Amino acid sequence: MARVHLSGIGKTYPDGTSAVTGLDLDIAEGEFLVLVGPSGCGKTTALRMVAGLEEISSGTLTIGDRVVNRTPARDRDVAMVFQSYALYPHLSVRDNIAFGLQLRKLPKREIKQRVEDAAETLGLTEHLDRRPRNLSGGQRQRVAMGRAIVRQPQAFLMDEPLSNLDAKLRVQMRAEISRLQRDLAVTTVYVTHDQVEAMTLGDRVAVLKKGVLQQVAPPQELYDHPANLFVAGFIGSPAMNLLQGRLEADGSAARVELGGQSLAVPAALMAERPRLREYLGREVALGIRPEDMEDAELGTGDQDTLLTSTTDLVEALGPELLVHFQLPAPPVVTEDTKELARDAGAEGIDAAAPYSDVIARFSPRSRTGTGQPLRVRVDTGHLYFFDPATGDGIWGEPASATQQKEGTHA
Amino acid sequence: MSAQVEPAESAEHTRSAAAGNEGAPHRSLAARLVARVGSGAVQVLLILIALFWMVPTLGLLFSSLRSPQDNASSGWWTVFTEPAQLTLRNYAVLLDNPDFVSSFGNTVLITVPSTAIIVVVASLAAYAFAWLEFPGRDWLFLGVVGLLVVPIQVALVPISSLYGGTPLYGSIPAVVLFHVGFGLPFGIFLLRNFFAAIPRDLLEAARMDGGRELTIFRRVILPLGGPAIASLGIFQFLWVWNDLLVALVFAAEASQPMTVALQSEMRQFGANIDVISAGAFLSMVVPLLVFFAFQRYFVQGVMAGAVK
Repeated sequence: MARVHLSGIGKTYPDGTSAVTGLDLDIAEGEFLVLVGPSGCGKTTALRMVAGLEEISSGTLTIGDRVVNRTPARDRDVAMVFQSYALYPHLSVRDNIAFGLQLRKLPKREIKQRVEDAAETLGLTEHLDRRPRNLSGGQRQRVAMGRAIVRQPQAFLMDEPLSNLDAKLRVQMRAEISRLQRDLAVTTVYVTHDQVEAMTLGDRVAVLKKGVLQQVAPPQELYDHPANLFVAGFIGSPAMNLLQGRLEADGSAARVELGGQSLAVPAALMAERPRLREYLGREVALGIRPEDMEDAELGTGDQDTLLTSTTDLVEALGPELLVHFQLPAPPVVTEDTKELARDAGAEGIDAAAPYSDVIARFSPRSRTGTGQPLRVRVDTGHLYFFDPATGDGIWGEPASATQQKEGTHA
Repeated sequence: MSAQVEPAESAEHTRSAAAGNEGAPHRSLAARLVARVGSGAVQVLLILIALFWMVPTLGLLFSSLRSPQDNASSGWWTVFTEPAQLTLRNYAVLLDNPDFVSSFGNTVLITVPSTAIIVVVASLAAYAFAWLEFPGRDWLFLGVVGLLVVPIQVALVPISSLYGGTPLYGSIPAVVLFHVGFGLPFGIFLLRNFFAAIPRDLLEAARMDGGRELTIFRRVILPLGGPAIASLGIFQFLWVWNDLLVALVFAAEASQPMTVALQSEMRQFGANIDVISAGAFLSMVVPLLVFFAFQRYFVQGVMAGAVK
């Protein structure tokens, strides 16, 4: 178990493309850190640099007290779980798990003991003499985990270890990995593109975009206080709705104009985020989480927390309804939101569109239906504001606060 | 291989096979009968072809077991009606001839080292070409590929004059060296392509597990490359064992292999077919044994279960 410290880590390929730029991360002993981001954001490259499978172009990597930039993978004393599991097909489960220990020339008795303990932990005892090809996907995944834990390494590195499992098994293995990591208290770096995995597993989550760290924070803080539009749009499912609006003063409170409609911004929120005052009378990017909206028919509320529209589509998920509708405000177009749209598979955002598509998460008791008029009550105490030019979140502190926070952590 | 599978494993096989069938549309009894008859017919046909292919081999075997007089007067198939013709006398004559016995020894002394050196060097080189990063690697490999198309004949004269000034000329090592030189490009090419198809993750996993290159080569690459290495070994063995041209050019009388000895025993019109057939059969039996010994390494799907 050791602290893993990345300082200004960068990866530049010979052709000049840069996969990771100036990555600073300080992972405490026993901490579970998740690297998350859309595909191609450099998260796997970052992990492979920590593993020693990829050369580090710049920066310093420290594991424990050792700078390991030039240490080969075999001497870094970290274990990796591969996305493909990478089990040795010609070896039994027992030998697969024991391989690393055999190479380290441990006494036979100890190897046997450790392998059996690991198998016990992972429920593989009865499969020890089988070959990987005779195992199910979940069992193979466990063997890959076993190969990592049996070595009792300084750190675990996991590269999307659950992405080859079906949805049900993934939920189960997610819980198992979480339990295992807490029991063993081994420093873990976990790469995923699945934000549910990121939120549920990580002590802290680091969001990457195009090789640049956007924010690193505990999952709830990431959700509550996204540093910028990218983090805001990436964390949360369905994603946060982002609309162009105009912030206008209204006594000690304010209101945000969305096309012809407006929402009250409570005085408490204005007091909490003093920098919002700088944006009075200016355009802002407004973020509303789907879960902060509710069918107005299901309760009472002030008139100035209501938005009206027409229901386009209702997706009934059982415990909730996802209601799609449009609001007469243009969508937010920045580099961040374009990147998010690309990740979601959309062709791009039409900046000139006078309407934005909005998704709200309603209680299943809502009776709204396609084509019907819709009144939406917004929890205005939880509105998010971003600078429309830079995409930075507008909070109480200066914009660079997140970077400083990372610097002072641990 | 499948006979060694443990009960638990075979149960799993059956289960997964059953699961695999669920997706397929249910087939009628008639359709299944047709399929069964179809595969049966194919098997009968394959057996017939195999028997047909064995006819020359059997002919050689029976000729070698008949006296010169019998061979001269009737065809080898008459042994089926007159088994009394069978005799081991030809083999006795052959083994009494010290030249022939030593040529058999020479063939072994040429073939075994050539094959062994090629397999060892080619697999090491192939690993380097496939998985180690070093400057000029791809150009060097292209060079190796280029050597594949150099015909053996163009090298006979230059190599002869190279050997000429050394004690190598005419010796067994001279023949071995030539075979190694001409066998390596193909060996490297074959194994490199096979090794390159091994998933990168496996090697990286072995590296993370603490393996040095030689350990990875020995404990991951060699077991996984088994089928390709066995094929190379068998082909190389057959090629060198049966070679006549290289031996004719480079082997002096004392180091001549069986192919050269048989050729020099050959009389006009195959008059001494009894001795020739016995020698030919002896020289054929060894490669066959090698083939049967290694064929179990041609196992399908060795890579199953490695990734995903």
